[in-house]
Amino acid sequence: MPQILVEALAKTYRVAERAPGLAGALHGLVRRRWREVHALADVSFSLEAGELLAFIGPNGAGKSTTVKFLSGILRPSSGRVEVAGLVPYEDRIRHVARIGVVFGQRSQLWWDLPVLDGFDLLADIYRVEPARYRERRDELVAMLRLEPLLAQPVRQLSLGQRMRAEFAAALLHDPSILFLDEPTIGLDAPSKLAVRAFVQRLNREHGVTVLLTTHDMHDVEALAERVIVIGQGRLLADRPFTALRSGVLAERRLHIDFAGPAPEIDMPGVTVRSRDQRSLELAFDPADIPTPKLIASIATRHAVEDIHVDEVPIEEVIARFYDLHDAGEA
Amino acid sequence: MLVAARPYLAAFSARFQLMLQYRMAALAGFATQCWWGGIRIMVFAAFYGANAAAAPISLADAVTYVWLGQALLALLPWLADPEIGQAVRTGGVGYDRLRPLDAYGYWYARTLGWMLARAAPRAVLMLLAAGIVLPLAGLEAWAWRPPSGLAAALLFAPAFALMTALATAVVMLANIVVAASLNERGVNAVLTPLVIVFSGSLLPLNFYPPALQPWLHLQPFAGLVDIPFRIYFGNLAGDAALQSLALQAGWTLALVGLGRFAMERVMRRLEMQGG
Repeated sequence: MPQILVEALAKTYRVAERAPGLAGALHGLVRRRWREVHALADVSFSLEAGELLAFIGPNGAGKSTTVKFLSGILRPSSGRVEVAGLVPYEDRIRHVARIGVVFGQRSQLWWDLPVLDGFDLLADIYRVEPARYRERRDELVAMLRLEPLLAQPVRQLSLGQRMRAEFAAALLHDPSILFLDEPTIGLDAPSKLAVRAFVQRLNREHGVTVLLTTHDMHDVEALAERVIVIGQGRLLADRPFTALRSGVLAERRLHIDFAGPAPEIDMPGVTVRSRDQRSLELAFDPADIPTPKLIASIATRHAVEDIHVDEVPIEEVIARFYDLHDAGEA
Repeated sequence: MLVAARPYLAAFSARFQLMLQYRMAALAGFATQCWWGGIRIMVFAAFYGANAAAAPISLADAVTYVWLGQALLALLPWLADPEIGQAVRTGGVGYDRLRPLDAYGYWYARTLGWMLARAAPRAVLMLLAAGIVLPLAGLEAWAWRPPSGLAAALLFAPAFALMTALATAVVMLANIVVAASLNERGVNAVLTPLVIVFSGSLLPLNFYPPALQPWLHLQPFAGLVDIPFRIYFGNLAGDAALQSLALQAGWTLALVGLGRFAMERVMRRLEMQGG
């Protein structure tokens, strides 16, 4: 029995539409035209306890909406959601006691309260037994290096500091499932690394099931074994991260620095992506021409100073994927 | 019992303590309420000077009514709770839905904390000024007097508690309208004049035309000012006082019930924009 089960999930909104300008506004007063918007259509997937799944997709694809159904904030128009045996929006109170949620763009701590007071308040709200709370809090404070921040009001924290505090806040009641909605948005590089390391540790060492949405492909690369791609409310792919990359784009990149001026390269299956005075970037498909063979043939004919192979950046893979499915932001 | 109440008590006291920090607001409110209290008393004095026989209560009681009203002004449901409005605008409502709590009870506890914290310092200052300083200054005639007797004092305690509970239930209805309409201006614009007139905050309800009085006494806002204050100075006593307390309690239960029902409906069709 999977821990999270989503079947044929759909959400339809009715939005009022009107022609632009004064005439349209007046017409809209009398008769309103409605248009149905399918925020989600027929999304199904399941997740085992202890898995780490990343949701990716363009803005407006329905990622956050899915998280809101799973966490019990919204109710879908149709379909079925079950998390650890409960339907989140039917059994909201029992359900939310067992999950932790972090929205990267919102704060669950109290703006004017010191961090520690906010934690105390959350412990009361979740009715965490006091001794258990102190133990859990100290553990999280140590893991997230929050000690120097505890006495500061939340409004004085930097975004990176606040995000660390948000993670602790979401985990004080020891949930077995964690939903993260764009947890690294707006963070600087060290803070992103810290967040990723923390999430990884929670998942691997503590067995917490994690479902995260993100636009940051480095998050996906660093964390997720499994990726769901969602576009215009539909599930486009659900597969291991490596399979996603190779399925969409097998292309590799070869960067070469030459001792002399960069030569012309004319080989079947190889295209020149960019050239400098003394360097080249080539694109090729290892299925057409194996990497060692390509390197060998260039190195024997030209004086090469440095050479390295890259995979296509994941951003490009995803952009290509959205293009293939015509799934860019509507 | 205590475990069940723990989250709500915590939400209440966090809000109460936070709001209590706004000392300047409390002082400014106190100053304004002294000023308006003085003006209202002068108007009453002029009225009683012209036609004291027509008045349903004595001038001394009218003066006490004014001071009591000024002291507890912040306890009236003038506006929707600004914290709720902000949560609705910023999407913080989403996090409220993630707490394993009765949604109505959670907001009610916070709104109650907000209202009591705003009212408490103003009430204490007003009691000092109008109840102690004025008599010491030789102005007993214009002072806030203690309850008319032991019975009145004992009845005022539940009347005050019910007044607070009822006011919070009204603010909760406003909060729910804010959550449904994503805007607090409309509901605030409607609520304020209703409270001024129908609670008896402007004028005790028995100053209105006799034909209207049975209706004015029965409507829910009477329980906010008119009923508890008339109990305080013994104008409502005995059976009449008990019936009025029942009226306050009944309206409180009715409005809480209505609020719970409406909140459930609003939360069902809640939509969170963006993302």
